Order: sequence, then structure tokens, then C-alpha cells
Amino acid sequence: MKATVLVRPKSGILDPQGAAVETALEHLGFSVSGARVGKVVDLEVASDDATEARAQVEKMCEQLLANPLMESYEIELHG
Amino acid sequence: MASPQPRIGVVMYPGSNDDRDALWALSALDAESIPVWHEERELPDLDAVVLPGGFSYGDYLRCGAIARFSPATAAVKSFADAGGLVLGICNGFQVLCEAGLLPGVLLQNESLQFICRDVPLVVERDDLPFTTRCTQGETLVIPVKHGDGRWFGPPELVADMEENRQIVLRYGQPCNGSVDDIAGICNERGNVMGLMPHPEHAVDPLLGSADGALILASLVEAARDHAVTLA
Repeated sequence: MKATVLVRPKSGILDPQGAAVETALEHLGFSVSGARVGKVVDLEVASDDATEARAQVEKMCEQLLANPLMESYEIELHG
Repeated sequence: MASPQPRIGVVMYPGSNDDRDALWALSALDAESIPVWHEERELPDLDAVVLPGGFSYGDYLRCGAIARFSPATAAVKSFADAGGLVLGICNGFQVLCEAGLLPGVLLQNESLQFICRDVPLVVERDDLPFTTRCTQGETLVIPVKHGDGRWFGPPELVADMEENRQIVLRYGQPCNGSVDDIAGICNERGNVMGLMPHPEHAVDPLLGSADGALILASLVEAARDHAVTLA
């Protein structure tokens, strides 16, 4: 089963990359605010069961993919 | 009887690049410095361990995140849990935070720029095995060279750390956006310390400063006391 993990800097954490991206977009003439830069991890879990796969990816996030001090994560499963 | 030469290990991860400087500096300060390969499951007989600077495992995902799983890191964790002295420098500091041996996390510098220069550091504690040669309140000059050195912890964590006196060094002027200008911290027990500046690059006036030797010589001295106790 394929999964996508979105890792984001937690709100309240200064994200200088997001700030730089925002400034660059403003230079291009876009009117934007609140830009934040995170990470995407695509992976394939060796399980066909959605509940089981989600539980495994949760563990991966807690143990490695995100640092709970500064990042939040969101899991998407694709049948 | 001559006091024994303390044995201090330096862990070499793939991507470490200050390991040799650390080995050299510790030897210059009269320790027997011993390289420890990252695949070692057990540490040799050591009086202290240093985790050096660099980019362990390419610093993929987050700095220090992969090094946390190296066999040598597990061995260092057991060593620290047993009260052994562990000093993490720069990437070594990041590894200690990711491994849960030190609180907080190191984020990308506020400026997004790699910072490579001598910085003033104010000593907050001079009673640790890493700082006995320093004096509380004095300013040391030691270089930093990092892209991800902004220490961060939530306010409640910082308050706990202040209460437990876990902040060891602060930048004398804003450097990378660290919370409360934190440059170096220790665990509650005081046997594990991490700092972003590089004391091993400042052990001789020829290098611009010898202030780093105050920290490393403190460690060598504490390690020697440990060796004497065991002898």
C-alpha cells in the first residue's frame, strides 16, 4: 500500500525557509502570506490492510520521519 | 607514579569531518585519543567519548537523525546512561539531541546562511566536567561553522532547563537565532554536554584562539580523574 507523509514545521516555530519563499513570491508580484516549507515522504508499506499500514506509518513518523518537538505530520494512504 | 593518560574515544560516522581535529586536539592535551568506528557495537575501554562535527550520514532527513541508529550511538547511549562523560560538538550535538541524550533540537539558522566565524561565548557554568578550567561569566572566543545550529526548545522545556542549570554556554551576541542565545547545554546529570562551537578548532593561539582548549582540557582532566579512580 502506498503512503504519503507530509511533515510540517509546527505552527509557532520560526520557519526561515518559508519566510524566504514568501518574500520571493512577493517579488514575483504575488500577494501571499503564511508560507511554510515542509517535507514529503512517499513510501510503499508491505501491507494491503489500510488500518495496519496506517499504524505502521504512524510508528515510522514517531520514531524517525518527524521530530515531535518541531514538526507535525499527516499521513495519506493511497489504495 | 605518573597519572595515567585518560582514554578518550572519538566516534567516526560516515560523513564526520572533524574527527581527526578532535583526535589531534585531545592528543595535544595529553589524552590518548582513540578513533571509534560507527559500526562498533561496544566501545573499547574509555574514560570519555566525543561525538565530532561533520555531516553524519549526509545529515539526511534531519541533522543527526540517521546517526541516532548507528550501533556506536547505541553504545554511547549505554556509556552515558552508566554515567560516562560524553561531549558532542556541532553535528555531535545534533546527534545527542536526536538520540534523546540532550533536550531540544537544532534547526536551520535563522538567516538561512551557513555561519563560519569566531564567536564570543559566555560561560554559564564552570562546575561541569567540561568546564572546570573556565570561569563562570567569562567570555571565550571559539569558532562556529554550521548551517543548522539554531537550538530550539518550547518555553516550558527552557524553563525546566534554567531551573536545572542545564544551559552551559550562550552566544555573547546573536548568532543563529537560538532560543535565549543558547550555544551549549548539558543533561540534568551533568555528564553529557553538547555545543555548536568547535573547541577542537581553537586549541592553539596559531589557530586564532586557544579558548577551546579550556573546554577540552577540562574534559581530559575529568577523564583522567576517572582513569585514576579505576587504576
